Amino acid sequence: MTSRYSFGGDEHIFVEVSEDMSLEAFFKSLSITNSVREAQIRGVTEICPANASFQIKFDPDVIHPDDLMTELKRIEETAEHAEAVLATRIIEIPVHYQDPWTNETLMRFRERHQDPESTDIEYAARINGFADVSEFIAAHSGSPWFVSMVGFVAGLPFLYQMVDRPRQIQVPKYLRPRTDTPKLTVGYGGCFSCIYSVRGAGGYQMFGITPMPIYDPAQKVSYLKDFMVFFKPGDIVKWKPISREEYDRDVADVEAGRFMPRMKDVVFSLEAFNRDIDGTNAKLLEALNVR
Amino acid sequence: MSVKVLSPGLMTTIQDMGRPGYYHLGIPIGGAMDRMALRTANLLVGNDEGAAGLEAVFTGPELEFTGDAVVAVTGADLPPKLDGETMECWTSFAVKSGQVLSFDYLRSGARAYIAISGGIDTPPALGSRSTYAIGALGGVDGRALQADDVLPLGPSAGSAAGRSVPQDLRRTPGNPAELRVLPGLYWHRITEDSGQRFFDETWKVAGEADRMGYRFQGGTPLDFIGREPPFGAGSDPSNITDACYPYGSIQVPGGTEPIVLHRDAVSGGGYFMIGTVISADMDLIGQLQPNTPARFVRTDMHGALAARQDRARMLASVREVLAP
Repeated sequence: MTSRYSFGGDEHIFVEVSEDMSLEAFFKSLSITNSVREAQIRGVTEICPANASFQIKFDPDVIHPDDLMTELKRIEETAEHAEAVLATRIIEIPVHYQDPWTNETLMRFRERHQDPESTDIEYAARINGFADVSEFIAAHSGSPWFVSMVGFVAGLPFLYQMVDRPRQIQVPKYLRPRTDTPKLTVGYGGCFSCIYSVRGAGGYQMFGITPMPIYDPAQKVSYLKDFMVFFKPGDIVKWKPISREEYDRDVADVEAGRFMPRMKDVVFSLEAFNRDIDGTNAKLLEALNVR
Repeated sequence: MSVKVLSPGLMTTIQDMGRPGYYHLGIPIGGAMDRMALRTANLLVGNDEGAAGLEAVFTGPELEFTGDAVVAVTGADLPPKLDGETMECWTSFAVKSGQVLSFDYLRSGARAYIAISGGIDTPPALGSRSTYAIGALGGVDGRALQADDVLPLGPSAGSAAGRSVPQDLRRTPGNPAELRVLPGLYWHRITEDSGQRFFDETWKVAGEADRMGYRFQGGTPLDFIGREPPFGAGSDPSNITDACYPYGSIQVPGGTEPIVLHRDAVSGGGYFMIGTVISADMDLIGQLQPNTPARFVRTDMHGALAARQDRARMLASVREVLAP
């Protein structure tokens, strides 16, 4: 992997670690951005890791763009050899697949879709070779997912499926983006799943909805009192399919301040994962399910 | 001391110099789209440059004052009226308790900045009073002003009415507007001819032009250099593996209509970008109305930094003129 550096105007350096998405590219980007943060370079104002790239915002009145570029390249050389091990957490996110709200929305935007005759999830199931939607849901919710980026809008996680590449689900985005997406829609575009943190425009296919808020600027939700954004890069997610009744109960629990997502601290090693993907995932799920 | 909103105007939000530090979570810096205009308005009324004021788009609000204050309106040529009497833009004027500030129709520009002595004193969110409506953050309950909102004001050291800045310190876009661009990011994905055409043609601001970004129309679609789609990117030639977006970056979904991201930018996504509008020209974008002709002008880092110094010198002059 040879990183490609580019200036984004006079205030940003954009670094593409790899054109292709992979956990290797994510960990390299995370490792470099961690090193940049530790280096406390004067003039650096924002450090934004992404899926397979990262971006540094800086004040060119404090550090010359060329000097920062040189410094970043130097940091990349040392960060490259960092061990890809992460102390993180696994979180269970309930999903009501094929819910009435995303269904109503997707019907409104059928003319912007590749296949106006089917729903988003039927389309995704078919083009990925699944016999039916329930098989597709079993695959989407069967393995854990890795939060490889937070962004687009406030607190939205991009999630990368933790299976070998032949088993990864891939779905194109809408032909033209929708102007509306329900809040907390579980979406899909390219190789990424996502959760729309707020209502708004979106181009990802819509599969379902979670009752669990992941962004709360008022900080009233019980588990968002410390900080308004729930996700951070490196979080691991396990989807849990739920019925309409369970969804309604969870929503009521959130409103009453009783809802607490199930989560456990875990350590993730990329090397161990690559050696035995299914075994690593089984251990992660075991940790999640320990009472 | 406060200001009561009698009518909000089309889209009036509280803005200051924004909330840096949360872009990695998808929360943009926000703040005044035309920063120089808000700084100048604040200096005119004796505030800190970064105090919170109002950003009014195309039409102005109607505001009733519950105490005496000094007000200045900068940016777009949206003439203020005090109890019906027209006042000068870019000039401070005194407002007495009970008086009503309203606005005439827009003559030019797109966003007027209204500074009130003491500054607007709504509760900061993540270090800023700026309204980020998409994320319901800052401002009044995270939204644009509504009728009957009451805006608290901070204490003011007081300032003289009748202060003004000379014409050459009031920056407005030309016609066509010229936006200087540093090519880069995914510039290599388009052909050389296509890149040259992007700079040669005159574009027009589209209807979709807001705090998140400005869309441009009327130029020739871009020609891509062929490739095998990278894993995770998507099949369209304009797709990339979702990455961060610089402020000012120019993405061209499907290669057709360039979008320049502004202060309330989405922090990332899956469309390639061909370059970035330089920091010195970001303010100008906030003053472009839909249908305004615009040219993208190629520059390099040397040009971008020189332009930035020009802006810094201009601000220094404004400070000098308006020094207490």
